[in-house]
Amino acid sequence: MSSVRVLVGTRKGAFVLTSDGKREDWAVSGPHFPGWEIYHVKGSPADPDRVFASQCSGWFGQVIQRSDDGGQTWSPAGSEFGYAGPTGTHQWYDGTPHPWEFARVWHLEPSLDDPGTVYAGVEDAGLFRSTDAGQTWQELPGLRGHQTGPSWQPGAGGMCLHTIILDASTPGRMFTAISAAGAFRSDDAGQTWRPVNQGLRSEGIPDPHAEVGHCVHRLAMHPARPSVLYMQKHWDVMRSDDGGDSWHEVSGNLPTDFGFPIDVHAHEPETVYVVPITSDSHHFPPEGKLRVYRSRTGGDDWEPLTQGLPQQHCYVNVLRDAMAVDSLDACGIYFGTTGGQVYGSADAGDTWAPIVRDLPAVLSVEVQTLP
Amino acid sequence: MIRVVLPAHLRALARVGGEVHLDVAPPVTQRSVLDALEVSYPVLRGTIRDRGNGRRRAMVRFFACQEDLSHEPPDDPLPEAVTSGEEPYLIVGAMAGG
Repeated sequence: MSSVRVLVGTRKGAFVLTSDGKREDWAVSGPHFPGWEIYHVKGSPADPDRVFASQCSGWFGQVIQRSDDGGQTWSPAGSEFGYAGPTGTHQWYDGTPHPWEFARVWHLEPSLDDPGTVYAGVEDAGLFRSTDAGQTWQELPGLRGHQTGPSWQPGAGGMCLHTIILDASTPGRMFTAISAAGAFRSDDAGQTWRPVNQGLRSEGIPDPHAEVGHCVHRLAMHPARPSVLYMQKHWDVMRSDDGGDSWHEVSGNLPTDFGFPIDVHAHEPETVYVVPITSDSHHFPPEGKLRVYRSRTGGDDWEPLTQGLPQQHCYVNVLRDAMAVDSLDACGIYFGTTGGQVYGSADAGDTWAPIVRDLPAVLSVEVQTLP
Repeated sequence: MIRVVLPAHLRALARVGGEVHLDVAPPVTQRSVLDALEVSYPVLRGTIRDRGNGRRRAMVRFFACQEDLSHEPPDDPLPEAVTSGEEPYLIVGAMAGG
């Protein structure tokens, strides 16, 4: 019988939640790396026993951990992230040039077909790749070196590269997103990049339609329809039907189009999930009701999913990397909150139940569907 | 023999239970102790000192003999009590909440 493994990164450690395919009874292991911030934990699609974790601390810096037994035991891998070539500058909060400084790894994206290859998105925004299972890292400097790089500026959370999407159907194509620079696409395996932000409109920047400067919170893609991308922007839920070349808004009837995560149903490329958040200054759900919104039409028409979720006095946030779907026949969807709850739904969002309620603030959630 | 006490997070990372004992050739300085520590425990590279410039990370402190050595030149000799093994060299996570 199939099973699922939910990998949870929190402010104070990592947790591994496992269940059989019914997804009713859960075993919880952790905290792994107690006391450390775990920005992201993700398994290799090519070898599910191989799992990578980004472990960091304001005191002691960045550590990459690797497990080769599905998260039961861990070993430190390589943690040296040196930018390639001239350091260069980006724009600081006050508008002055500021040298690129490595702070932490926000996102780890293992290769779809090679268990030894993994990508890392870092703050200050850069893309790194390891081809030896995380022992050594090399920057793919074409992204940071893009001609618009000196104009990029950090969002409130830092200038982070938080999204990496690998397109299995188009050799060499990959997407990244940076707060607050925007979305970027490479068609040559990360060597060169171009901004793909046409159609975005952001009122918080001098030119709302600028080529870069948009605070993209998250991108999502269904592997069976890779030309379609979904985006949760600082404000606005957006859709592209041409691989990012152009975007149009699909916020539709959402109660607010501010939010962080966005994800796509494992078997229905037009079924999309978001978690609306009140505003950029009120990082909690509208009316104190925690609602996932689902669109079965690829956006515009959204329905609230509330059964099993708190519908009063709920003031948590759901961060950008804290939602994931499994690929069982009845698609499961999972998300974690800054209040330490991880909710799961085994029926595509119709009903929800907490898997755990009292973890540290959840930074990331990933799921592995195991045979 | 130099006795080094690590903060709990780094003891867990380096998988050591108590003090770390190092043989360091004279002159024994903060730099030479930290160099020896990183040779014995490569996983600690970058966690105490910046990988690029070798400077103490901002939220790490160095104490010995009830003195704060964090701001002392890294190549100054350590106190005799440390070099003799009578007193430990303490690596401390700065008191800063969290």
